[in-house]
Amino acid sequence: MDDTALKALLLHREVEDFLLMEADLLDDRRFADWLALCTDDIRYWMPMARNVQFNKTAQEYTREQMDTCWIDEGKETLTQRVKQLATGIHWAEEPQSRVSHLITNIRITEVTPDAAGNAAEVQVRSRFLVYRNRLHDEVDIYVGKRRDTLRKLDGAWKIARREIFLDQNVLLAKNITTFF
Amino acid sequence: MKAQPESYSSLVDADQGIVSREVFVNQEVFEQEIARIFARAWLFVGHESLIPNPDDYFVSRMGMDSVILTRDRQGNIHVLLNSCMHRGMKLCRHDQGNARALTCPYHGWSYSTDGQLVETPGELVGVPGLATHYHGQLDKKAWGLVRCPNVVNYKGTIWASWDKEAPPFLDYLGDMKHYLDAALDHRDGREGGSEVFGGVQKWRVKCNWKFAPENFIGDMYHDISHRSVDLVGIGPSVGKGRRDASRRRMTIGFPGLGHGLLGQLPHTAEDDYVPLYTKHPEVEAYFREIHAARVRNLGDRMRVQTSVGTIFPNMSFHGRQPRTIAVFHPISPTEMEMWRFYLVDKDAPQAVKDATRHYYLRYSGPAGMTESDDLENWSYATEASKAPLARQYAYNYQMGLGHAQPIEGLRGAVQSGDVSEENQRIFYSRWADFMAGKSWADLIPG
Repeated sequence: MDDTALKALLLHREVEDFLLMEADLLDDRRFADWLALCTDDIRYWMPMARNVQFNKTAQEYTREQMDTCWIDEGKETLTQRVKQLATGIHWAEEPQSRVSHLITNIRITEVTPDAAGNAAEVQVRSRFLVYRNRLHDEVDIYVGKRRDTLRKLDGAWKIARREIFLDQNVLLAKNITTFF
Repeated sequence: MKAQPESYSSLVDADQGIVSREVFVNQEVFEQEIARIFARAWLFVGHESLIPNPDDYFVSRMGMDSVILTRDRQGNIHVLLNSCMHRGMKLCRHDQGNARALTCPYHGWSYSTDGQLVETPGELVGVPGLATHYHGQLDKKAWGLVRCPNVVNYKGTIWASWDKEAPPFLDYLGDMKHYLDAALDHRDGREGGSEVFGGVQKWRVKCNWKFAPENFIGDMYHDISHRSVDLVGIGPSVGKGRRDASRRRMTIGFPGLGHGLLGQLPHTAEDDYVPLYTKHPEVEAYFREIHAARVRNLGDRMRVQTSVGTIFPNMSFHGRQPRTIAVFHPISPTEMEMWRFYLVDKDAPQAVKDATRHYYLRYSGPAGMTESDDLENWSYATEASKAPLARQYAYNYQMGLGHAQPIEGLRGAVQSGDVSEENQRIFYSRWADFMAGKSWADLIPG
């Protein structure tokens, strides 16, 4: 195996480890630690999927910064959400849900190197299956695709941008109280 | 419970402030609501900005039925039943689009809304095999799409009623009009001038559909639901709370009509400007400027302010912060599909559109930090009312019973202070009137 292939393999493992560790933080309800994985300029955006004509697929998802969407956050408002979860009186999450994030199909699609030739930023595609079980018999399953921009800051990966494409038109859950 | 048709209205005792749980969980009651309320009342169908161009369509709902909101080539707006007359196939399966003719994917029947081409919008124009298989023997004029007989464009909002005998929309609205205007008019006081952002939030909630309109008709009492978001503070200005403070907010209802709101009584002078959106200097400057324009434009004319209100049966709107329209579509006694549209002044600068949109979306909708808690409460109130024993016990709506006062300058309106359940009693009295099958002459006395 040549150096380039080995480097790509190691980078893939590093990125995959990061995304799985992130999922563990969410599922362990360590939301403040999860928040620390987000850059200060993070954009966290979840558009809505529409049923459109075959030749209009460009209009399938609502447009960023123009249309309505499910979630559109920066660091400040993600921080507010984490604080709300910590109040203990956010009724949608009191009692707390049991959530599992299954993250698969991880693929690095672009690498931006730093001056030394090491990966400084990567574009990553993945799939998620998020299972939420709540109270005695309430179940929601959210499945979709993610496109992330991860940036290396002080030797550690951070999430600089996350686009979340939920594979639903009418949201089949009554609310969204988890992060994807 | 086996409710008899004549007894549906007896499930509500507004004088005692009592509403049976059967109203919220009973399948037969639900089916009668579809027939007696949703087939007759004026319903919100959409907004004209969703169909800006000729041949644009937007698929909406009226009660349990899918309908197509279209703009024809002459610019007129129609509401058509979204079901092919041949085998019932759902014609438009896109959420929105643009099409010269509506063509069925099953056998190819096609319908036109083009007034140049057909006499009646939705008329059947294309039938594959008309000359051969049908031998030319099909009365195309008799097999057009079912068309809603009453459609109104009110300041951009589209309303429709299936009942040919329905009174004009403005009679149905009554003086609630002023409060709807407060949401739809430009912030500077000019008539109309608002539009909706692209994209409609749609989501399923396992609650009876009435939990939502009865909440938005004016339920100041449920503030405890939102303590977590108030503690965090998501308002557009610095400090705690989920929005900037509203002044002199009252519970105002229209007993003969079933509408109601939280807002200000009619007044003739604008309050002094209070900074809004102080976290966003450019947006703050805009609202300050708009306030000055409003003072000039309205002069000493009567005006009101709406925080949140409901138009019977299933449309609610927020007029200030956030500024949105919500619709509650019945799915079953214990499930609804909720839709949210977000409003903005059409000519507002982009920075204002951006800051308000961001704020509205973190407040409302399924991921809204305020709304997510409402959805939990409505779902488990419904859930806990379903069981045979629990459903025998009526809900209590007795707060402020007998304390409503007429409002000078508003036809048929009453106010009941800042926290009261008067508006919920008004809503369910109206529900009972419709469920009793009253005539329009009794429902809207001249």
